[in-house]
Amino acid sequence: MSKQSGSLRRYVLTRIGLAVPMVLILLVLVFVLMRVAPGDPISAAQGGHLTPAQLAQKRHQAGFDKPLILQFWEYLRSVLTLNFGTTISDGRSVSSIIVQNGGVTLTLAVGAVVVALGLGVPLGLLAGRYRDSAGDTVTRVFAIVTYATPVFFLGLLAQLLFSSHLGWLPSSGQADTLVQLNVPTKTHILLLDALISGQWDAVWNIFQHYLLPWITLGLLIVGVFIRMIRINLIQTLQGDYVEAARARGIKESDVVVKHAFRNSLVPVVTVLGLQIAMLLGGAVLTEKTFNLSGLGSMLINYINSRDYIAVQGLVTFFALVVVVISMLIDFINALIDPRVRY
Amino acid sequence: MSAHVTSPEPAPAGTADTSRPVLSVRDLRVWYGTPRGPVRAVDSVDFDVRPGETLGLVGESGCGKSTLGRGVLGLAPEGAAVDGEVNFRGTNLVSLSKKQLQELRGPELGLIFQEPMTRLNPLMRISEHFAETLKTHEPGLTKDQVRERALEALRGMGIPPSRYHNYPHEFSGGMRQRIMIALALVLRPAFVVADEPTTALDVLVEAQIIRILADLRRNFDTALVLITHNLGIVAEACDRVAVMYAGRIVEQGDAREVFARPQHPYTQELLRSTISLSTTGLHYIPGAPPDLVEPPTGCRFHPRCPKAMKVCAAVEPPDVLLNSGSTSACWHQAQNIAGAIPPEHATDGREPLALAEEISVADEA
Repeated sequence: MSKQSGSLRRYVLTRIGLAVPMVLILLVLVFVLMRVAPGDPISAAQGGHLTPAQLAQKRHQAGFDKPLILQFWEYLRSVLTLNFGTTISDGRSVSSIIVQNGGVTLTLAVGAVVVALGLGVPLGLLAGRYRDSAGDTVTRVFAIVTYATPVFFLGLLAQLLFSSHLGWLPSSGQADTLVQLNVPTKTHILLLDALISGQWDAVWNIFQHYLLPWITLGLLIVGVFIRMIRINLIQTLQGDYVEAARARGIKESDVVVKHAFRNSLVPVVTVLGLQIAMLLGGAVLTEKTFNLSGLGSMLINYINSRDYIAVQGLVTFFALVVVVISMLIDFINALIDPRVRY
Repeated sequence: MSAHVTSPEPAPAGTADTSRPVLSVRDLRVWYGTPRGPVRAVDSVDFDVRPGETLGLVGESGCGKSTLGRGVLGLAPEGAAVDGEVNFRGTNLVSLSKKQLQELRGPELGLIFQEPMTRLNPLMRISEHFAETLKTHEPGLTKDQVRERALEALRGMGIPPSRYHNYPHEFSGGMRQRIMIALALVLRPAFVVADEPTTALDVLVEAQIIRILADLRRNFDTALVLITHNLGIVAEACDRVAVMYAGRIVEQGDAREVFARPQHPYTQELLRSTISLSTTGLHYIPGAPPDLVEPPTGCRFHPRCPKAMKVCAAVEPPDVLLNSGSTSACWHQAQNIAGAIPPEHATDGREPLALAEEISVADEA
C-alpha cells in the first residue's frame, strides 16, 4: 500500500514540475501575440484623440517605451503576483475583475459540467448497454444535434421557448435586481453568498436565472460524453476481462457495473479536461446571450474597447485555468487508473 | 457404464470415483447466426472427461475448439445457439438458466484463457479479484478467510504474498497467467477448460504452466480439457486426445495410441506437419479448413484428404470404435462394417475420388 501511495506522490510532483515550463511557454506566447499587432495598446485605444506628446507620455506611464525584455519581466511579475496588470480603458486591476466577475463564469461552468455529466453519463451508459435499441438511436441523434448546434443559437431558442412563449424562466441576468442588492457579498459568487446567508428565496431566484444558461452550455459538451461513453461501454462489454469475470461466475449485474461501467468511464475524466477549453469558449458566448456579466462578457467588452492589457490579463488567466484544470484531471486520472502512475 | 456397482451418494472427498465421467458431452451443437446462414462451429460432438483426466483438444485454427470449450461452460457468445447435452454430475448444463450457470462457474466449472495480459481488470488489485470471486460464491467468508484462501492459491502458483495488493499491470505475462490460473482454481472446480493457456508465453513459462496443470489433476482430481494446437503439449500432458476438424471430432482416443498409430487421415496429416529436430522438409495439408456455413457433403475432410474415396464425398462417415479403444470417423475404417456403406454406393464407393468426379458429385447435389 505504501509503495502505491508513494508512486502516486511522485507522479503528482513530476506533473507539477512539468507544468512550470508549460506555463512559461504559454506566457511567452500570450505576450508575443499581444505585441505582434502593429503599434501599441495606447495608440490603438486612444490614438487620434491625443497629441503625439500626450501619447508619448501615456506610453511612458504604461511602460510601453521600455525594452521588450523588461516589459516581459514586468508582465511575468504581474502574473506571478496574480495581479495581471491594470486595464487602460477604466483603470481597474485585472485581478479585481477576476474576483468580481469570475464568480458568474465559475457558477456557469460548474453548472454546465454538472448538466453535461448528469445527462451524459447515464444516457451514454444506457445507450451502450442497450445498443441498437430505439432509445439508443434517439440518444445518438440527440448527441450529434446538440453537439453541432451553435451555443448562442441554442441559447436564443431556449430563451424564446421557455422565457418568451412559456414564461417559465427568466431570460437574462443572474438574479432579480432586488435579490442581487439584498444578498451580502462574501465570496463574489452570488449563488454561494445566498446559500451562506440562508436566503432560500434568493437561492431559488438565482437557480431559475442560471437554469437556461446551464442547460445551454451543458448541451454544448454533453454529446461528446454520450457518444464516448456509449462506444467505450460497448467495447468494454466485449472485453477480455469482462468475459473472464463471467467465467469466474461473477453476477451479471456486478460484471456490468464493476467491470464494464467503471472501465468505460475512465476516459471521461480525460475528455472532461479537454472539454474545459471548449467550455470556457462556450461560456463567453453563453454569457453574452444571457446577459451575464462574467469574465467572458468582460473579455468581449475589453476587446471592443481595444484594451490590450485587460485582454492580455484575462487571456492569461483563462490559459492558466486550463493548465491547472488539466493538471487536476491528470491527478484524478492517476487516482482512478493505477496504470497512469509512473 | 462401468461394470461395478456405484453408490448413488457422491463419493467422499479424496476418493473420487475415477471411472465415472465428471462431464459427458453428447451431440453438442453450437451455431452462430450470420447474414449468409448459420455457421456450424461445433456440430454434433461427443466426449467424456473423468476426474483427474486431461483431454487434449487439437485441430487447426477455426475448427471450433474454443467455441466447443466455451459452449460446454455456457459461455458461447450472445447470438449463438447451443443444443445437445452437457452432462455435469447429473445435470444438463445446456438446459440451465443463465443464473444457475453463473452459480456453477467458479466453484464447479472453470475456464483458463489464452491471453493473460488482458484478462484481469486493470482497475482492480489482485486482492480485489480474489475477494470478488470468493465472496460471490461463498458470501459467508470473512475478510481474513478470503485473504487466507487467496494467498494459498497464489502460493501454489508461486506468487509471493507481498504482491497480493498489486495491480495487474505490475506483473509479467507469465505471472499474470499464473494469477489467472490461481483465480480460476481458487474455488477448486471439478472441471476446467484451459483454452491455449500457453500460446502467448515463452517456452520456459510454458513448461511451468503445463507442470502446474499436471499437479492440479494429481492433487485435486480436476478433470481438464486442454485446448491447444501444440501437439507436443498434448503428448506430454494429456491422457486422451480428441482431434477436431470443421466443428466435428474426427478421432478420439488414448493420447499415446493416437500419436503412435493415427487412424484418421486428418490426424495423420496433422502429425506429419509437426516440426521437430528431425524435420527436413515442411509438410502441410493443402487447402484450408472449409466454410462452416456450407460445409462439404459427406466427410468434411474429403476435399483435402489424400485417401478420399467416392463414398467419402457422398455420405458422412459414422464414428467407428476401434480395437485400440479409439474412435475414428473415417470410411477407411467404416467400410469394413457390414452395411455401413449405403447400397447405392456399394459398388463404386471404394474407388479413389478424382477431382473431376468430385465436381460432378457437387453438381448432382
